[in-house]
Amino acid sequence: MSVNEKDVRKIAKLARFAIADEKVPVMVDELNGILNWIEMLGEVNVDGVEPMTSVVAKDLPMREDEINDGFIQEQIVKNAPKSSHGFFIVPKSVE
Amino acid sequence: MSIAAEASEPVFTAFKTARPDQWVKGVTGDWEIIVGMEVHAQVAAKAKLFSGASAAYGGEPNSHVSFVDAGMPGMLPVINKYCVEQAVRTGLGLGAKINLWSRFDRKNYFYPDLPQGYQISQYLYPIVGQGVLEIESDDKSTIEVGIERIHLEQDAGKSVHDLDPNATYVDLNRSGCALMEIVSKPDIRSPEEAANYFKALRSLVRYLGTCDGNMDEGSMRADVNVSVRKPGGELGTRCEIKNVNSTKFVAMAVAYEARRQIEILEDGGTIDQETRLFDVKTGQTRTMRSKEDAHDYRYFPDPDLLPLVITQEFVDGIKATLPELPSDKRKRFIADYGLSAYDAGVLVADKEFSDYFEEAAKGTDAKMVNSWMTVELFGYLNKNGIEFTASPVSAQNLGGLVKLIQDGTINGKIAKDVFAKMIESGDDASTIVERDGLKQTTDTGAIEAAIDALMAQSPEKVDEAREKPKMLGWWVGQVMKSTGGKANPAIVNDILKRKLGIE
Amino acid sequence: MSDLTKLSLKAALDGMNKGDFTSLELTNAFLDKIDAQNPKLNAYTLVTHDHAREMAKASDARRAKGQVGALEGAPLGIKDLFATKGFRTAACSKILGEFKPEYESTVTSQLWRDGAIMLGKLNMDEFAMGSSNETSAFGNVINPWQIEKKLTPGGSSGGSASSVAADLCLGATATDTGGSIRQPAAFTGTVGIKPTYGRCSRWGIVAFASSLDQAGPITKNVEDCAIMLKSMCGYDAKDSTSLEANVPDFASFINKGVKGLKIGVPKEYRMDGMPEEINQLWENGIEWLKAEGAEIVNISLPHTKYALPTYYIVAPAEASSNLARYDGMRFGARVDGNDLNDTYEKTRAAGFGQEVQRRILIGTYVLSAGYYDAYYLKAQKVRARILQDFTDAFKVCDAILTPTAPSAAFPLGQKQDDPIQMYLNDVFTVTTNLAGLPGLSLPAGLSKDGLPLGLQIIGRALDEETIFSVAGTIEAAANFTAKP
Repeated sequence: MSVNEKDVRKIAKLARFAIADEKVPVMVDELNGILNWIEMLGEVNVDGVEPMTSVVAKDLPMREDEINDGFIQEQIVKNAPKSSHGFFIVPKSVE
Repeated sequence: MSIAAEASEPVFTAFKTARPDQWVKGVTGDWEIIVGMEVHAQVAAKAKLFSGASAAYGGEPNSHVSFVDAGMPGMLPVINKYCVEQAVRTGLGLGAKINLWSRFDRKNYFYPDLPQGYQISQYLYPIVGQGVLEIESDDKSTIEVGIERIHLEQDAGKSVHDLDPNATYVDLNRSGCALMEIVSKPDIRSPEEAANYFKALRSLVRYLGTCDGNMDEGSMRADVNVSVRKPGGELGTRCEIKNVNSTKFVAMAVAYEARRQIEILEDGGTIDQETRLFDVKTGQTRTMRSKEDAHDYRYFPDPDLLPLVITQEFVDGIKATLPELPSDKRKRFIADYGLSAYDAGVLVADKEFSDYFEEAAKGTDAKMVNSWMTVELFGYLNKNGIEFTASPVSAQNLGGLVKLIQDGTINGKIAKDVFAKMIESGDDASTIVERDGLKQTTDTGAIEAAIDALMAQSPEKVDEAREKPKMLGWWVGQVMKSTGGKANPAIVNDILKRKLGIE
Repeated sequence: MSDLTKLSLKAALDGMNKGDFTSLELTNAFLDKIDAQNPKLNAYTLVTHDHAREMAKASDARRAKGQVGALEGAPLGIKDLFATKGFRTAACSKILGEFKPEYESTVTSQLWRDGAIMLGKLNMDEFAMGSSNETSAFGNVINPWQIEKKLTPGGSSGGSASSVAADLCLGATATDTGGSIRQPAAFTGTVGIKPTYGRCSRWGIVAFASSLDQAGPITKNVEDCAIMLKSMCGYDAKDSTSLEANVPDFASFINKGVKGLKIGVPKEYRMDGMPEEINQLWENGIEWLKAEGAEIVNISLPHTKYALPTYYIVAPAEASSNLARYDGMRFGARVDGNDLNDTYEKTRAAGFGQEVQRRILIGTYVLSAGYYDAYYLKAQKVRARILQDFTDAFKVCDAILTPTAPSAAFPLGQKQDDPIQMYLNDVFTVTTNLAGLPGLSLPAGLSKDGLPLGLQIIGRALDEETIFSVAGTIEAAANFTAKP
């Protein structure tokens, strides 16, 4: 599988970063290089192999339903580029 | 590690055809509405799904927020056991298959109220599989709506758009609260059924205590999938109407959307698969997002979490604490109390109603209790806008009133006066009857004397009655009036008949 | 007083215990040296002078009261990936701007619990993505070895390795997603261990690839490594993947010897074109262990060559999602645009460097609709195969010996334009990340150019003890005393 300029633009859009026009062909080449290289996985027979999502051989630990966090409004918004009255302020976004 | 669970991909097939009475008339003939719903019910937990911040509604902006909920670098999720239990409990309430192995996936998309840049949800392996919910159809018959699955997921935060014309304010208090997404099969065939499904689901989660069902606070929201087809024909393209938050709006949204689609199709158009919004002001739906801008969510298993594995004992433990469910209770009310299906349905719709009813009906005439409760009490509460839980008449006192009617201490007419006084004072019926001397007179001598006096006053009416036996009612009224309503109507009736010579 | 900065962690702890010097004296010695050397090496991105002195004074006060922690008074450097409360934590990316977390990572808080002193934050590849420390927003780190040649210290923990090798701290925290502890350790003549996945809590460490990331120490010798690891690891309820395992006294295993141990030598690690000096180093290691009574077993890890391609699907996929939170909305740098999406796109284009962008693109692509099964799902299955290789191997051996990296440190800029050549640096280390196994690198000789070369020891899950026994034996036999 390989990508073209349209694909790269589409992926960049999904990943939300602007990509300069002159960089698109460069990215196409780089991505195709990497994609070609990882094609070699096609050689591996994985019939009947279950996908591995974690190396940790235990079940999900659970916590009790207790309120022991939060109420730190000041710390939550402290690093915000813009905030006011405890809110984060972001560009107008109406869906 | 073995993946014992079966992957569950959302399906959309509709086998059932609507009854003809549910069909919608168009210019080109009849149409059938197909509806499936995804209801988001917030788990009634103290803390959030993956953090220890409060899940309570409201609060100062960003106060019910931990570093985890704000998506700060290096923060990790740890699951709340109670939320897992409530999802299982809800599943059991729907008679659903509980999956002992389930998994959390990340649903990736960008939005300012989604701090991690992804929502942790259960995409392929939900904790609850197929179940069923009984609901009432338009014609009052009971139908079954299939449940496809229930999965646990995080809620997003809130974007406030009206504080500033040029900016959006973000409050993450809801970010990370636990939601159960309850997905129905497309078994719903009319706006009424859609509304009733939502209502029945709300009733169920409230019975189970897994969600408070508070729609004003957004504890329950529905995404409604609507399509239309020629009865029994091929499925049409569906539109999803997002975030409908009341029973009434569900019905309105379905009705509007179905009509909209039918008009387009009958004009030779096609339906675009899209996400739409329901505008409560206009009662219309409008485009929110078309298929072209559909997200590519790039689901993959969340590597910060491990598979959620529960044991059969865990499930059985929850099963042992399940309350009687609405559908079972409804059947019991019909069988044990002799109520009609409709009356039983009204009482069962809300656990508070049915609890009240059962308390009031102890040792007395249940049907009479039902009618006093649903006619007199509900009437009074509705008229005055009082919440049921704030009723001035307790269940015991209503039961006491019915007992007094049943044993002949008071008659129905007096009972209404007593009931009014109960509302006013909060006193029990017998205290009021005693205090105000409202006991029914069964002293035949006294009643006979009262009748004699009336007959003597109006001999012409006596003659009239002998010719027109229907006058008996007038006479009863007169006697009741002269005895201050306290005379036993049955005795009055008997004596009058004898004296007037009416058979 | 002799140069205190040249002491090992163990020797420094002993010196303070004996009252030869105070933590404040030791800390000042390091701060002075950092001020003098760091402009040349660029190992530190932030030096916390005042905070370090305050911590040292507090440590000396505790010691006076008889409260002596396992790392009491020891000045350490902290990789910029660890959240340090009140001190800039940028993962060496522009996108985090001047982000000062309001929380402290579990690993670093355990170091402070045990009495350690923070000297500052260490340079690294941006978001730990790189093998040469060239992707840092704070500029290259220079390897103190043959400093005039401007060699890479390796990556991503280049600052950690460089600072330890140059005596700018007693030890440093590091993280390893594909080799980021072990390859820099090998390039700088230091010792580094990536413990079993789940040993060290990931809470408060900026995530790169969650299923692979693991913290560990880089130190001057094997004993220091064992001491520091003990403080860093342990169960943490805030990390769902943390292991509830007993934390042994790792240092006590260093002198246990290797008699009777079976050491596996995987044939697949003899790669075509590998420099002869690396092969020779490996042979030396085998001979040393044999001489001490270990039995050498030839093993096969047949899926080794698929490990890097697997890694370059799994790691970018997880990273593309983990890095979605850097959007300029709640923290970090924001570049204002015309609307929301424009702001996102400008912020992320300006904030992420080229390698990070490249990996986010790859990760986004392999997870996108239509490609998930072909790439991500396939990679997860191959990953299971790689783990199975190790499981089978550990049926016949107790530890595995391999070279750490296919070369010695290379000049900065040499591989920057060829991503795949750069990725091949991790060819020997990445397998243990995929399998979750512990791996340690220690210096075992010099290249013909006089640069340090490392050997890697891989152990069973949660069997760091055996690794330390093997490492102790090799360290004694190699007698690596060269300094930059």
